[in-house]
Amino acid sequence: MAAPVRSLFCRTVCGFSRHINSSVSSCRAVRSSCPPSISGGRSFSDGAANKTTHFGFETVSEGEKTERVYKVFESVAQKYDLMNDAMSFGVHRLWKDSLLHAMNPQPGMRLLDVAGGTGDISFRFLEYVRSQEERVARRVARANQTPSWQDISTGFEARGQEAVEPRQSRAVVCDINKEMLKVGKQKADSMALDRGLSWVVGNAEELPFEDDQFDVYTIAFGIRNVTHIDMALTEAFRVLKPGGRFMCLEFSKVANPLLSQLYNAYSFQVIPVLGEVIAGDWKSYQYLVESIRKFPDQETFKGMIEGAGFFSVRYSNLTGGVVAIHSGFKL
Amino acid sequence: MAILNRVLATSRHGYSNRLVLCIRQQHSSVSSDSHYDRLYPGHIHTYPIQKVLLAVGSGVAALQNPYRHDMVAVLGETTGYQALMALRERMKRDPEGCTVLIERPRIRLSTLDMSKMASLPDKSFGKEYLRFLEGNRVTPDSRANVKFVDNEELAYVMQRYREVHDLLHTLLGMPTNMLGEVAVKWFEAVQTGLPMCFLGAILGPLRLSSSRLEPLVTSLGPWAVRNGRQARCVLSIFYERRWEQSLEDLRQELNIEPPPFVMATRQKAPPDS
Repeated sequence: MAAPVRSLFCRTVCGFSRHINSSVSSCRAVRSSCPPSISGGRSFSDGAANKTTHFGFETVSEGEKTERVYKVFESVAQKYDLMNDAMSFGVHRLWKDSLLHAMNPQPGMRLLDVAGGTGDISFRFLEYVRSQEERVARRVARANQTPSWQDISTGFEARGQEAVEPRQSRAVVCDINKEMLKVGKQKADSMALDRGLSWVVGNAEELPFEDDQFDVYTIAFGIRNVTHIDMALTEAFRVLKPGGRFMCLEFSKVANPLLSQLYNAYSFQVIPVLGEVIAGDWKSYQYLVESIRKFPDQETFKGMIEGAGFFSVRYSNLTGGVVAIHSGFKL
Repeated sequence: MAILNRVLATSRHGYSNRLVLCIRQQHSSVSSDSHYDRLYPGHIHTYPIQKVLLAVGSGVAALQNPYRHDMVAVLGETTGYQALMALRERMKRDPEGCTVLIERPRIRLSTLDMSKMASLPDKSFGKEYLRFLEGNRVTPDSRANVKFVDNEELAYVMQRYREVHDLLHTLLGMPTNMLGEVAVKWFEAVQTGLPMCFLGAILGPLRLSSSRLEPLVTSLGPWAVRNGRQARCVLSIFYERRWEQSLEDLRQELNIEPPPFVMATRQKAPPDS
């Protein structure tokens, strides 16, 4: 019930320059990435110590990046939600609501929320599905207000054999960081949300799930912290069922130059200060704003998703490109 | 290679507007390896707007939760530049202060010889300091490092001020309960001129009960202020070489009167409000 109201509010607030780019890719992009046919096979990088990558604006070895990202989130976990609210003035809630609205999950769907940490997406998923179920139940009840004699007799018989419960929707929250999961679990307990929710420790580059398991795979504000983004995309492809949907909510490039300058000024001047004052941790939030700048832009990331084998890859910008939702299907 | 990366990074971001020149400098000047620790280990470079935001934010945070010592520290660093410069000049004018500035001693558990200090005679400075640490259950290692002072020497002065705080407790004979802390803050405010000390000195008494407020206003407060004015600059003293000196001697040398009354050391009870 709250979902439609929120979506209306969301559309009026954050959609002032929403570009919906649709491109149906008929063939897989020619890009060097692990072919998804190696299902179950992992690409071990033995040169992890030698290969370098970026950690914010720093250059570090790949092994070091994973460790440092772990430490960042371990230290920010307790104040993560508070900082999100402070940094985005609460708008991150609207972004996540947008993601759910784009997903439009139906009862019975199974969600894998990777880098789900404190569980925001999963909680919204379960609430959305519950409200859908309630809506359906209400519709059924309304339809049964004035039944005919035939309806009553068939209904009487059917009541004997209680309709099988539709498959329960399930959300699996997977995160590499135990602290974030701990905070998420505490939140779930306080919200009394336990039906259909599970918490799993796992690496997005090497998910602890079998192939073809999930209807929807989401990764919200997590993929830029992954050391090998292409491996994460390949894993996403692997664990999704055919027909499953990949959805990614991530910070992206702002096209408008004025907005971009304001955004940069705010990011680099204010956010680390907020991190220091609220969480006592300047460096983690400096990393956060730098890592946003290092993440590929909308089109490049779309290409990477296509490279992992997804079809019908689209993206839509929120808040002028500050955040983008990328979506693709496994066919 | 690193230079090439920097150039590529700059061109990719393409910041050209004067409005965000400071941002451009931040991006294009150096890789993040020297964004931190530029002037001294632990240094975080901040622009003036950031210092203002930090000062305001840390002030609010410290007022809301006085146990956030890191916020008190940040407030001190962001507001104390002028006072630190004046302090440094004062130290330079004193020969022992000059020595301190050159040799940069740090008070840490690792640098203190605890067993030797314990073997010192009673009433000696080192012995009394040890007694203070044990009685109040504090350690000299709990002082945060300086982050936001943009001058290496002034950062040391700030660090020295923090580390000398416990020694001041010993010198003044004040325990670490609220009343003792406020008295030390009044002394420090007059001595150092740091705005953070003044803020603590004004707001501290607000958290005191009326029974505690009375001795503060009548005897302890005036004593602290008087001594703050007449004492030698407490940061100029090379305490590490004076452990054997008798406490009374040291007080006389620094022109500090003994406290008007003796307070019991802090028990496990929480501080009064």
